[in-house]
Amino acid sequence: MSGSGVTTARRRLIERARGRVPATTARAAALLGAVLSLASTFLAWSYGSAFPGNLTIYGYPGGAQVYVLVLALVAIVLLLLEVSPLRRVLAPGGAGGAVRVLASGVFLVTAFTVLAIGVELGGLINVEWGGWAALLAAAVFVVAGRLLPDDRPAVWSYRLPDWVEFLIIALVLGLALAAFVEALAIPEWEIFLCFLVALGGALTAAWRLGLVSWISEVGTRHRGVTVTAAFLVAAAFPFTQGSDNHWLNVMVNVGIFATTAIGLNIVVGLAGLLDLGYVAFLGVGAYVGALLSGAAASTIGWNPPFAVTVVIGAVITAIVGVLIGTPTLRVRGDYLAIVTLGFGEIFRITVNNLDGSTGPQVTNGPNGIPGIPDLKFLGIDFGQSHTVFGMNLGYFANYFFLELVLMAFVILVFSRMNNSRLGRAWLAIREDEVAAQAAGINTFRLKLLAFALGATLAGMAGTIQAHAISSITPDSYQFLNSAFLVAAVVLGGMGTVTGALLGSVVLLLLPEKFRFFQDNKLLIFGVTLVLVMRFRPEGVIANKRRKAEFHEEEISEELGREARAEGAR
Amino acid sequence: MTATVGDTPHKPVLRVSGVTMRFGGLTAVDGVDFTVGEQEIVGLIGPNGAGKTTFFNCLTGMYVPTAGQVIYRGTPLSGRPDLVTKAGVARTFQNIRLFPNMTVVENVKVGRHCRTTVGALSALVRGPKYRREERETEAQARELLDFVGLADAADDLARNLPYGDQRRLEIARALASDPGLLLLDEPTAGMNPLETAQTKDLVFKIRDRGLAVVVIEHDMRFIFTLCDRVAVLVQGRKLIEGSPAQVQHDERVIAAYIGTPAGSEQQA
Repeated sequence: MSGSGVTTARRRLIERARGRVPATTARAAALLGAVLSLASTFLAWSYGSAFPGNLTIYGYPGGAQVYVLVLALVAIVLLLLEVSPLRRVLAPGGAGGAVRVLASGVFLVTAFTVLAIGVELGGLINVEWGGWAALLAAAVFVVAGRLLPDDRPAVWSYRLPDWVEFLIIALVLGLALAAFVEALAIPEWEIFLCFLVALGGALTAAWRLGLVSWISEVGTRHRGVTVTAAFLVAAAFPFTQGSDNHWLNVMVNVGIFATTAIGLNIVVGLAGLLDLGYVAFLGVGAYVGALLSGAAASTIGWNPPFAVTVVIGAVITAIVGVLIGTPTLRVRGDYLAIVTLGFGEIFRITVNNLDGSTGPQVTNGPNGIPGIPDLKFLGIDFGQSHTVFGMNLGYFANYFFLELVLMAFVILVFSRMNNSRLGRAWLAIREDEVAAQAAGINTFRLKLLAFALGATLAGMAGTIQAHAISSITPDSYQFLNSAFLVAAVVLGGMGTVTGALLGSVVLLLLPEKFRFFQDNKLLIFGVTLVLVMRFRPEGVIANKRRKAEFHEEEISEELGREARAEGAR
Repeated sequence: MTATVGDTPHKPVLRVSGVTMRFGGLTAVDGVDFTVGEQEIVGLIGPNGAGKTTFFNCLTGMYVPTAGQVIYRGTPLSGRPDLVTKAGVARTFQNIRLFPNMTVVENVKVGRHCRTTVGALSALVRGPKYRREERETEAQARELLDFVGLADAADDLARNLPYGDQRRLEIARALASDPGLLLLDEPTAGMNPLETAQTKDLVFKIRDRGLAVVVIEHDMRFIFTLCDRVAVLVQGRKLIEGSPAQVQHDERVIAAYIGTPAGSEQQA
């Protein structure tokens, strides 16, 4: 209560101030703040050169200063645009909101950098006058930004010739890849954090301008082109890394995790079954892959071609999925979550005990299966680096490409199932199970299908995973990993492919970048989950229907308001 | 008309014999016999708590009756709602149960589920069979929406429909499974007189499509002008069954609804 009271009081204060300051003055002040911020990036901010980016040099923006420079530059362009005749075309709703967001970005980056200099170099005494000047400029910018006139939500409804729109799609995806590679290349967490803040600010500003929704509209208009281009851009990733294996290795793991998460999204997002033991299916697939890999530690001598292994892995996980699903799917909701959690642990414990002393020797128990050889598939040795298009790629690129193919398959399964009679039935079950059954749907069979299908896809990912990580143990498939998968799906957005992808990338890549926080990883995940559930329960990239399910009250309120407005007319 | 208990003028579609439903010590439905003939509209009335909806649930497999048998066109119905629907008995619910976040036409398509056969593999490959079936489903769903008068709202979310339209959509979804018998649980509850009249016309139209209909309703004017036959359920037992006129004037029915009069004055 008191929190919202303070917010309204603040808002009232801002509104009163806005009423007193004419728009032109506010705009001039904001422009001044932006220009000063821009200029401040050419100053030295720190006396010590040890701070990441070396901010001791005059006339040369380095480290996080670059982000301030870019944000301020964009803000200047937008402010000039607002008074130019182009305004009606490019910023129909006004650019005030966007500038405000950019100002906040500038301020956050500047303040964080100044503070970090103080903390890391032993006291604020290490901040040179340029740093304080930058902070002051950013403060002017923020305050002036608050005084800018409110803009209306902008709607871009431009329809350009197809080839121009194709170019835009290619450009946006190319930029996304460039930003991604750029982000990976940043070694220091401080600068990486500033990058994230700046990126978030730029994206929010673009969204305020109406650019984001327009681009996503263009993307939906040319769905096939967008999806193909997205895969091409993803396939271009290894070419940005050359023969360096580090990030390729990480991205292979991200890819396997993401593929599994999309498979889980069929179970959780489409059929609405909360499965907390899903990682067990990845484990089954991985053990099938490892046992049939011809590894020295494998208890099975047979080493079939990989294509056969994938099929065997898929079939076995499907059978396991049906075996686990048949008893568990008789319960619903929370009970289902608990029972699947139990079955997930049963898998791990069983594998631990199939070691020859407490059970038959199949899996080497807790020792797992080490030394899984690299794949040889389609005549390609996955352990060697290859030259593609005249470029020597690290050997993890092989796994990356294979993983990409599997992911494409899983996405195809996801979207085709979703848009079929079966997807409709799953949705109906999610909406009202009793009514769905009364409408003639064999709910148990449909749920079992979702469960087994999800299991099969995870199993296929597992067979690749065994080779890619070359050593597997039962502990890689414990409950925590299932929880991470569910978290990725829930954070990113239930029922969407892009949501599961985003969730996986965030959950796996950020800890790589913030090694600093490694010990507090779980705490930070927990806090993030709580925040997302509080402010955006449908996930970051939401399925339209899910959104409706989570915002029933607001939507009906909105409808009521519309109806009243219509009645008044 | 000299219809008596168990007497049906037409060939029976549904034959219920001795259905009893007990919940612990409570007998909600007690040995009810009930028959519905081809293209017949039968009303089921009774005071609140008489066991009408429980009886419906026994017919549609939501409950497995403690005793008795339900036979639809010669085959006994098993105790699973989806199998009952597949056999040809569709129903609506007393409190509307649509899929609120699906569009109107999608709601009807879900009703087609048990008459379509495309499996996971076919949905993945999208072969000619898949495309033909999707086309047919779409066409039939649109036709049904046209039939109940919701064609214009086909692509709206079901939740956004006005109350009366939601009821009609639920009927369209039930009709989508090509039933031979339709069970309507209070189809006019909460409707205004105009909507009630429209519903009555709709039920007649459904009968003309060749369906038999059983209606639970509290609106007596609706029941007595709609039905060929009316059965009265009181405390789980069938009190009387006969033509609307017979039931309307039966003292026991009046007593069950209003209570026994203190004096001996009687009203129609």
